[in-house]
Amino acid sequence: METIKIMGTDDTPTVILDAQNEIFEISGRSLPEDVTAFYDPILQWLEEYSESPKPKTIFTFKLVYFNTASSKLLLDILMKLEQLKEAGHDVLVRWYYPEDDEDMQEAGEEYADIVDVPFEQIGYTLS
Amino acid sequence: MDRKNIKGFLEFVYDFYKSMKAHEITLVYEGEITHQITKAFTSLTESNMAKEEESNSVQKKVFHVMVECLQNISKHADSFGSDDFLFAGRGIFMVSKGDEEYHVTTGNVIENSKIEELSKILDHINSLDKEGLKQLYKTQMREGRLSEKGGAGLGFIDIARKTGRKLEYHFLPIDEETHFFVLTSTISRSE
Repeated sequence: METIKIMGTDDTPTVILDAQNEIFEISGRSLPEDVTAFYDPILQWLEEYSESPKPKTIFTFKLVYFNTASSKLLLDILMKLEQLKEAGHDVLVRWYYPEDDEDMQEAGEEYADIVDVPFEQIGYTLS
Repeated sequence: MDRKNIKGFLEFVYDFYKSMKAHEITLVYEGEITHQITKAFTSLTESNMAKEEESNSVQKKVFHVMVECLQNISKHADSFGSDDFLFAGRGIFMVSKGDEEYHVTTGNVIENSKIEELSKILDHINSLDKEGLKQLYKTQMREGRLSEKGGAGLGFIDIARKTGRKLEYHFLPIDEETHFFVLTSTISRSE
């Protein structure tokens, strides 16, 4: 399976989807000009990955900012992970938030409420 | 412009400057809101706030509100008149900063036929408390669809949640078909 590696900019996140090395990660800032165009390939990749996933998928979100349009697409990603779990696979979401950012922490809690996927909340300090 | 008009214009510039100062306006823009404009304004305001050592949480709130307000204009502002598509996606955008709070204000043209629905959405958001807003955001995220222009119907809810204030808005008549929609959001500088 092909690897997706997108370097982040000031308005798009860093995305690494590497099935072989089992790295699934979205980090940084997300307010792309065209959210659908940015997230579509990611959703498609997940769709394809779901056909023959690794025994355990640990998906990392380490975002510092996302706009409301992105929040909808992040939910779409989480719903793909939920489907993966429903199909009987082991899935874990690691939601990283800056320790002093209550909003980002709460966003993680809200997603955890909406989708039926195990969530791990991890606060970190920005240095 | 002849001499007299030039003088009048130059005096207007000073008056304009004085009213900006009086209203503590730090940024004002009229025109098309593009992604580049959004990026430029947010990074300008971010660096100003960092220089002034505004707290992280206030900086984040102002940033959030600015992005959502700018995107609202770029996605929803209507055109002046019926066949002037050139003017769609335009509006006025202002940031003002007082001792106690920041204000982010937008103004744009809206067709009369959309006013009722927009007021309904805004009033509904204003009627909800913190928990209600959270539930509405979750519902809208789950059930709402992205519009063609990439709007998720979440911007106003997010502004209300991030500021913890009511959405202050007003419609002013322009002509028989349109109104000018003004929305101002307040972000407290103390936590």
